[in-house]
Amino acid sequence: MKARVTVTLKSGVLDPQGKAIEGALRSLGIEGVASVRQGKVFDIELEATADRAKAEELLKQAADKLLANTVVENYRVEVVG
Amino acid sequence: MKAAVLVFPGINRERDMARTLKLVSGHEPAMVWHAETELPAGTDLVVVPGGFSYGDYLRCGAIAARASIMRAVHDFAAKGGLVLGVCNGFQILCETGLLPGVLMRNQQLKFICRDVYLRVERSDTPFTRGYNAGQVIRVPVAHGEGNYIADGETIARLEGEGRVLFRYASPDGLVDPNWNHNGAINGIAGIVSERGNVLGMMPHPENHVEAIVGCTDGRGLFAGLTEYLAKAA
Repeated sequence: MKARVTVTLKSGVLDPQGKAIEGALRSLGIEGVASVRQGKVFDIELEATADRAKAEELLKQAADKLLANTVVENYRVEVVG
Repeated sequence: MKAAVLVFPGINRERDMARTLKLVSGHEPAMVWHAETELPAGTDLVVVPGGFSYGDYLRCGAIAARASIMRAVHDFAAKGGLVLGVCNGFQILCETGLLPGVLMRNQQLKFICRDVYLRVERSDTPFTRGYNAGQVIRVPVAHGEGNYIADGETIARLEGEGRVLFRYASPDGLVDPNWNHNGAINGIAGIVSERGNVLGMMPHPENHVEAIVGCTDGRGLFAGLTEYLAKAA
């Protein structure tokens, strides 16, 4: 079973890396970018388990305990199938 | 003093720390590997040194914060034991939940490696008793992620409870944006836990303890701790 955890910065948290990328896009002449915020994607292969709900529970645990720092980050878990 | 210096893969300032502890207190600290589950018997100070544990993978300090030795450090701190985290050590203490907040990428996106001035906010703690309140000390920083942030409520509590021990300042002790090297909220360079027994700070006082390097302003922290622990013993 394949899964994906996406970690993003909470709104309101300054993201200097996103700002730098935003500036670089502008300097490349890519027009129309209002703002950029950088996040992380974790592609996770789960051991065979038929239970989707259990898989989501496990991923949430992984995100809460390690993948995200919930002081400044939000996360989203998806079981891709 | 019976100090324990934690060692994680990728940490590189543990020897500076051990050398300073020996030099100032006269006692050799124990070096404790991250995979251990207990601190040496009689430990009265745990030091989490600086460096790049796990190459800063995931987030600075995130993986070290979950090492097995950290459970023992939590127990030790819960009993009131003194814990000092410097640089990556501060990041690890935040990630493991012993201190609130997060160290984010420096506002200017640059790795900063230079001497900075810190204003010591109070002198009535085990960590700062070697200084006077308001005293300015010069110590080096070396970090890319030292920009301290926390939610508004946490900052208000830290400030209200006098838990900010060090702030980035001018040589005259003025706290203002021009002297705030990494963009940390309120120029925060070091904070203590609610009970006051866990200190995390970005600068490296352990590197300014010998005249041969041109400055001994960091010595007060270790001399104060040594005295405090000698009295407690």
